[in-house]
Amino acid sequence: MTTTRKIENTVLTAITLVAGAIWIFPIYWAFVTSIRTESRVVSESAGLWPDELNLSSYVDALFNTQLINWYINSIATAVITTAVVLVTGMMCAYAISQMRFPGRRLLYGVVLASFMVPTQALVVSQFILMNDMGFINSWAGIILPQLIVPVVIIVYKQFFDAVPKEMKEAVVLDGGGDYTLLFKVYLPLNWGITTALGIITFIMTWNQFFWPFLVVTTEDMMTIPVGITQVNDAFGVAYARIMSVALLAAAPVVIAYLIFQKKVTEAVMISSGVKG
Amino acid sequence: MAMIRDRRRHKLVAYSLILPFVAIFSLVFAYPTFEVIRMSFTNAPLIGEGEWVGWANYRELLTDRLFYTSLKNNGYFVLLTVIPTTALALLIATLVNRLSGRMQALALVLFFMPYVLPVSVVTQIWAWMLDFQFGILQPAIAFFTGKPVPVFKNPNWVMPTIAVVTIWWTNGFNVLLFLAGLRNIPSELYEASALDGATKWQQFKRVTWPLLWPVTALVLTLQLILQLKLFDQVYLLSEGGPFNSSYVLLLMVYREAFQLNNGGYASAVALVLFLVIMVVSVLQFQLLRIGGKNK
Repeated sequence: MTTTRKIENTVLTAITLVAGAIWIFPIYWAFVTSIRTESRVVSESAGLWPDELNLSSYVDALFNTQLINWYINSIATAVITTAVVLVTGMMCAYAISQMRFPGRRLLYGVVLASFMVPTQALVVSQFILMNDMGFINSWAGIILPQLIVPVVIIVYKQFFDAVPKEMKEAVVLDGGGDYTLLFKVYLPLNWGITTALGIITFIMTWNQFFWPFLVVTTEDMMTIPVGITQVNDAFGVAYARIMSVALLAAAPVVIAYLIFQKKVTEAVMISSGVKG
Repeated sequence: MAMIRDRRRHKLVAYSLILPFVAIFSLVFAYPTFEVIRMSFTNAPLIGEGEWVGWANYRELLTDRLFYTSLKNNGYFVLLTVIPTTALALLIATLVNRLSGRMQALALVLFFMPYVLPVSVVTQIWAWMLDFQFGILQPAIAFFTGKPVPVFKNPNWVMPTIAVVTIWWTNGFNVLLFLAGLRNIPSELYEASALDGATKWQQFKRVTWPLLWPVTALVLTLQLILQLKLFDQVYLLSEGGPFNSSYVLLLMVYREAFQLNNGGYASAVALVLFLVIMVVSVLQFQLLRIGGKNK
């Protein structure tokens, strides 16, 4: 490598990292704000660096709001949604991919078509349905309309289609049925896809705002993204506390992302079909 | 006989596999789709029966000034976000793709992190940064305009600001798609073109851009659909104001159904939004395909 190329390389790397640092600045700033006292937050002399370590707004956030309840609601609804979406999706995808039955093509057509439907357009009638079933302000109400994630079926089908036929024959000769095939062969062969789809579905459900916001009206049943907007109203202008709550709300997904970053990257790529 | 029994068994097994999905789908997707269409032809309140009114809701919609304002604002927001975020993501992905190992992982974390945040966390952080009195970005705004601007209370600033917040929040997803696309381009192509004496820009124009086109088309289409469904950021940052300058279709659905108790009318608005998304995305898809063929 020539010297000019080397310099060019270093400069480009520096630009990338500086741009990245600027990009992440809002999160950094939220953190700096959250560990200051309210008076320091709005003081003229406060600089860009963390110069105070005041955790009182975190304590306040944890004990004077319903944050713990919101965590529980978010975790429960996101975990159940993800599990149901994956299990029903893989079963349906297996049948579409590996079995022959009347209505198969129609079913796949419906799945593909529903991929195009913006679910937000259905909220009015979904709300009425949940109301008729008595599911307003309940986990069931939050979960049910979020259970349709057509992309899970589409991705599973693609990967099941690609499983070599020989793997199937061995099991069939041993007298195994389709359930054995799905859970003992197709699923283990595609664990990577299952984790990828699981991660994506979980993040999407955890961060869902519109539907949980509509179906929940009592504070104790809110999920994290909806609940923290209440804190805003309750505190008025108290940015240290608002930022503490926001960061506590974001913490689980942020930590999970930092631990599983490689998986998340892969998951986004697989579920959007870009990675061949 | 055994064959027929086997075949019947096979079918039964297949139906048992699809049953859970089909049952849930029918209940929370197919039935509500049917219902929202039916309701749009009635004057039903949110909860309770209404009367059949034919096309009245749609006729009313055509004379509703707020409907045109919403349509216009949706269009404006699409212009402000779709192409800018695609271009920015491509630029960032190209920069990140040059890096390797830990350096690349670090850069990726920095650019992708906002995407995993819940929308309300994003809006609260930006509301603080743009706070009229104490926001850290106000001095920068004052530098360019001479004075601080209450961005979410100013009709000219509100949509562009929400666009910036949205791009900051969702751009990481597009960066990942472009990065995957860039990784799929065989490095031999770059080596060959470098041997032929191609400059970096020529390489981008002749190799990267055409081979990346399917991903670019995907990002553009996904973004278009996503940005037409704008609600959360507007509701949380400006509530459609000031003077309806950030009022959008989904906000209209919400207001009509859940605040004004007009279930039928809200359904009509929802269906129009649905149609707009369908038509625009099919059109764009066709255009992009033609664009791809001419390459």
